[in-house]
Amino acid sequence: MNSWKYPAFWIALLLVIIGGLLPVITGSNIMRENMFLILLSVALASSLNILLGYAGYVSFGHIVFFGVGGYIGFYLLAVQNTPLWLAIIAGGIASAVLAWLLGAAILRLRGAYFALATIGVNEAVRTFINNFGPLGGPIGMEVNFSIYRQYGGAATMQWTTYWIVLGLTIAAIVLSYAVKFSRFGLGLMAIREDEDAAMVMGVRTPSAKTMAYVLSAIIPGMMGVIFFFRNSSIEPHEAFRLTRSIEMIVMVMLGGQGTVQGPLVGAALYEAIRSFLLTSPLFKDLQLAFAGLLLLLIILFVPSGVVGWLRSRYRKLWRVLE
Amino acid sequence: MDHLVASLADGLLLGFVYGLAAMGLTLIFGVMDVINLAHGPLIALGMFGLLLFAGANGLGLHPYVALMLVAIVGLIFGVIIYYIAVRRVLDAPHLSSLLATFSINMMIIGVGTAVFTTSPQNVEFSLGSLQLGSVTLLGTRLVAALIALFVTAMLYLFLYRTPPGKAIRAVANNRAAAELMGIPSDQTLALSFGIGAMLAMLSGGLIATFFSFSILSGSVYELKSFVIVVLGGLGNPTGALLGGLILGALEGIVPTFMPVSWVPVIEFVLFVVILLVRPSGLLGER
Repeated sequence: MNSWKYPAFWIALLLVIIGGLLPVITGSNIMRENMFLILLSVALASSLNILLGYAGYVSFGHIVFFGVGGYIGFYLLAVQNTPLWLAIIAGGIASAVLAWLLGAAILRLRGAYFALATIGVNEAVRTFINNFGPLGGPIGMEVNFSIYRQYGGAATMQWTTYWIVLGLTIAAIVLSYAVKFSRFGLGLMAIREDEDAAMVMGVRTPSAKTMAYVLSAIIPGMMGVIFFFRNSSIEPHEAFRLTRSIEMIVMVMLGGQGTVQGPLVGAALYEAIRSFLLTSPLFKDLQLAFAGLLLLLIILFVPSGVVGWLRSRYRKLWRVLE
Repeated sequence: MDHLVASLADGLLLGFVYGLAAMGLTLIFGVMDVINLAHGPLIALGMFGLLLFAGANGLGLHPYVALMLVAIVGLIFGVIIYYIAVRRVLDAPHLSSLLATFSINMMIIGVGTAVFTTSPQNVEFSLGSLQLGSVTLLGTRLVAALIALFVTAMLYLFLYRTPPGKAIRAVANNRAAAELMGIPSDQTLALSFGIGAMLAMLSGGLIATFFSFSILSGSVYELKSFVIVVLGGLGNPTGALLGGLILGALEGIVPTFMPVSWVPVIEFVLFVVILLVRPSGLLGER
């Protein structure tokens, strides 16, 4: 495969790296925190895109992987005092295993039924953890600030975790691209267009769908560990917030589902719009309503998202937009 | 034992109201294959409608008169939502209609939070209680259950005995064929969305007569409606009433031997299991 020669991939990678290095160049901590959130969103949206954009399965409760990974990792860090890297890997594995087990069951459902099932799973896990004493129940868990001393103090820890997030975001983009241009990715897109036809043409749909589900769950799980470690606390409503799950879908839609750069563009745009609305005195109270209006306008008038729209409008951009 | 019966009776009364809410959701799905993610905020709007029409700081009407106004507002609002957000995405993939209705959800919650804030409200209203042996039934809940039953009966009469109701069933059955028979499918779909929204707001109004609420409380009842709708079979109004009763009974029985916070866990596990084992619902064919 010579797909790595396409400029589109390198542009996406370059954008992430330049964005990721901005806080170092400016040396601004506020910039770093903003960038942290953007990178997190990019990674989550890119992961979701593998299932949503390539395979066409709408996971409304995808945040369950972020939450479960976060909880497992946080438990290891706070209670078992495991090193951070091990906790991150454990969070990723936990999410992958959950996706694999769930996938075998709920991926048989199609369309709206699948979407409903993912909401149900997220709520079931959230309410369960809310009642589960060993993980802190409704109050959740906290780490003592002294834990950051192992990582060179809170300030150093914030930079370290920032680099890990940048690394994971790059991994998400590479994964997204690698899947899209593989045989496996072609199978997923065949499923998106017509699942029965794909099956007849020899795509092993159950295993391909499960694989896509697992791949889209790993990085959110790892991100959950870092996010809540940095946050120094975790609680069920924060970890399994359905709204955040839907924000992920909005980002993918905004940028263009099924494209590699789409989730990147969409996540950055969404975060930019949100921070504008939150800080502007006029829109502060109505920020959610405006986000809703924006979403509605996209769905009604540009359903293929920014990247998709540009691609269909200007054929010359095909090599650079993917 | 007495405690169990009392708790069960209370749960069943609530179940009728839950069933009414779920009927709104299932009607819309049955007719146009759209899952209305603005269902929860509509329920919340019904609650606030009651507060505005019947509350001490509002018009101060009798709550059940206010409820009628809430229903009318719901119908009109539903039709507006249909024309703005739903109509254009009916033939698009599922994701579009899910997100279109969710965008309405965000707008209602956004504006609602700005106007009403998220602090809890309640409507001061009491009808005393009814003593049946050892069981005490709260008047407001009893009346709410009766109203829910009455509305269900009316809905059935409407769907089976009137021309627009028959048109709705025809469009649900086969839109293209209905159009060929001269049924204006667009208006019929708008009407069904309006009725769905009306049922949601009505149930919200009923809930507001006995529980306190905020603009965010709709989401709890939306999730309950999902569970009920899946229990009864998506698109099946009778199933929704049955599902509502099952859920109400669960909420009545479970707290007698387990902490009440486990109720949602059981509900959602049941929800996922039913989806997996019998996606057509308990009443649906296998």
